[in-house]
Amino acid sequence: MKSLGDVLLTADPFSEIVMGDTAIVRAMAESGVKVVSSYPGSPTPEIAEAILSIPVEKRPFYFEFSVNEKVATEVAYGASIQGNLSVVFFKSVGMNVALDSLVQLSMMELMGGMVIILGDDPGANSSQNEQDNRHLCRLSYLPLLEPATPTEVYSLFKEAVRISRKWHMPVALRLTTHVCHAKEKVSFGSLPSSQEALQSLFNPGNGPYVPITSAVFPLKRKALQKLDQVTYDPEAQAVELFTPSKTNKGVICSGFPYLSLRESMLKAKEPVDVLKMNRVYPLPEKELLSFLDQHEEVKILEELDDSIEKEILAFAYQSKTTCKLLGKQDLEDWIGEYTPDKVNEIMHKTWPEIFPKSTDPMKDREAVTPRPAQMCPGCGHRSAFYAVKKALPLDTITVADIGCHSLGFLKPYEMGQMLLSMGHCTGTAAGLALGNKTRPVVAFIGDSTFFHAGLPGIINAIYNQHHLTLIVMENGTTAMTGHQGHPGSGGNVRGEAPKIAIRQVLESFGVESIQEVDTYQQAELTEMVKKAIASPGFKVIIARHPCMLKFMRDRRHKGEVKINLVDVDQNKCNHIYECIDTFACPTFQRTPEGKIITQHDLCIGDQSCVATCPSKALGVKEEKTS
Amino acid sequence: MKAFNCYLIGVGGQGIGLLAETILRAADHAGIPVKSVDTHGLAQRGGTVISQIRIGAEVFSPIIPPFESDLILSLELHEAWRALMSVSKPRSTLLCYDAFWQPLSVRKGVDKAISANDLLEAGEKMGVRVLMVKEEKLKDSRMQNIALLKVVCKENLIPEVKQEHYLKAMEDLMQGKTLEVNKALFLA
Repeated sequence: MKSLGDVLLTADPFSEIVMGDTAIVRAMAESGVKVVSSYPGSPTPEIAEAILSIPVEKRPFYFEFSVNEKVATEVAYGASIQGNLSVVFFKSVGMNVALDSLVQLSMMELMGGMVIILGDDPGANSSQNEQDNRHLCRLSYLPLLEPATPTEVYSLFKEAVRISRKWHMPVALRLTTHVCHAKEKVSFGSLPSSQEALQSLFNPGNGPYVPITSAVFPLKRKALQKLDQVTYDPEAQAVELFTPSKTNKGVICSGFPYLSLRESMLKAKEPVDVLKMNRVYPLPEKELLSFLDQHEEVKILEELDDSIEKEILAFAYQSKTTCKLLGKQDLEDWIGEYTPDKVNEIMHKTWPEIFPKSTDPMKDREAVTPRPAQMCPGCGHRSAFYAVKKALPLDTITVADIGCHSLGFLKPYEMGQMLLSMGHCTGTAAGLALGNKTRPVVAFIGDSTFFHAGLPGIINAIYNQHHLTLIVMENGTTAMTGHQGHPGSGGNVRGEAPKIAIRQVLESFGVESIQEVDTYQQAELTEMVKKAIASPGFKVIIARHPCMLKFMRDRRHKGEVKINLVDVDQNKCNHIYECIDTFACPTFQRTPEGKIITQHDLCIGDQSCVATCPSKALGVKEEKTS
Repeated sequence: MKAFNCYLIGVGGQGIGLLAETILRAADHAGIPVKSVDTHGLAQRGGTVISQIRIGAEVFSPIIPPFESDLILSLELHEAWRALMSVSKPRSTLLCYDAFWQPLSVRKGVDKAISANDLLEAGEKMGVRVLMVKEEKLKDSRMQNIALLKVVCKENLIPEVKQEHYLKAMEDLMQGKTLEVNKALFLA
């Protein structure tokens, strides 16, 4: 077995089956990237996993998880104006956090070059929305490239580097979930023969870098001029044409939907021509116009919003082309990922005589039971929600935040009735608490989110004297995205790091009521919450338990683990179903006769369930080795 | 070669990802073009996880077009039922490891539990060949994926991919004692 880290550091050209998120790391190494920063978020954490598969002393560039996406962007910017090629990557909604600084970058001379990798999520596979970041790239004057496959992720990253270094401007590479996670064999080039050290070449004379009042206009003019030059860049491969038959019908598309379209075309009654854009901002106007002129009807197949459609319509109008343009037809065209089935439906709607509808070959399919994501066996959040719920009156308002604990909104816990964004909970809870003397307001926040964007809301609650209870669900890691460290975890991507204690942070802010408890101490946590909601002011409970998924994995890596399996004493069980209906650890299963049994493949022997049984029927019976 | 599509389904934590990666690499060792995609992120926390593998030269998307799965591999009964009732096509094969991780509504007694028999009967009705797998003496439930792979190989369920290719793929992905015990199970 060759480790991924070794594969990525192979000096000579090679090919390997990799996902898009891995291919991009090899592209970084080949391009001479010097600094990479990020905040974890799906669908991009696997980029970090690939980087971290290389031992720290062998990494060809500096890498860090910054505290949030805005800071990550600033770190990459600082490195770039020192003359170092830098990369920042984050998920779709991370762009919103980064934007305050990101929006400035096109006005700056980025001497080393800088690439922004966006992990957009059409289909909302792991996100709270489907936001189309092409809008924000336009807003920020960022040239934008869109790969469709891992091979293109690799090649278009290099193209992004080329553009960025040529014009000293930021360039965005927009990946979507199934481009990040698709796997195929990719042919790579060779690594640079020597590694340059980090540069320290910052010179204010390359700027100005302070855009204030009238200094803004020349900078903005320069940014717009660069965009113009990118539009007509003779070196660019901005489009690819697939013209099987020179028919009078054509399709314009980009990214992952292109692959879905090609699938539909395999079953089409006649071929249509396709123009696939590699660069979607600024649009390759010349190539697009010539494609319109060669066809009588052109469909713009565009995932999510209609930004390309609007732009093409505008310049088609000006060019007086006779080509008929077909865009989005109804609201459904704006929603969801453009998978092969969705695209086939859209193409059938557009040209039913060419694209047959795909019909289900089976009759009488029966219903299926949904299986939403749930907290893992032994999860400290489960114990916390179980205990907190017992303390709260029915009309309590509960506010969720982003992280594994978001899953508390699901049955049977139903803790968390609203969710906006990273760190929103304290601010939203403060608004809910205004003038509200009867219904307690309780907010939940995870530890990574606490540092990412949670602090301003907390400081605001102290400063403006809001009345609410905040429960910090501290599991010692950024669990949802794959157990990355954070400022409170004691480790960073290079090893040990200063551990910033949440309690000390809160004390330094002047929070007077701070309680701490291990969430497995359910009775104690229930009492704490009862007291907290009965008293005025801003109260914090730190409900702590390590992420058990990580804890068990770490233990297994060190060697075999003995697990004390929990069993149900059938003589004591009174079939109250507290373990299934209220505590709801997935380990508890129901037999056709209504007996409760434990699924030993799932039980990790944590015993957080034991105290919840009113009949005292739960106990440790046997041991397994794991 | 026309595309051959393999749809893998299970519950987060069961090892679908490793099974998919093994098949993907085995197909590559057999010299066939192959693409795949896995579920990552939030759904991995105890939800349904799906991997899709597409083998053959005439493949663009890693996502299988509707009703074109030639082979469904499942590590769990309820998930096998889900695939059978949503993506299966006539004259295809469903191979399921006989394990149950009940979804909440089944545990609560709201929805009916799915048994191996339910799958066999429905398969019969729908024209899908259903094969069940169970290794009685399996020491570690995390090896259920390799127990399933053993049958994929023995029954020749993926065209052109042979035992030697699967073994090579396992050697790419595992090492030490893990490789040893999984290989022993695979070859038994």
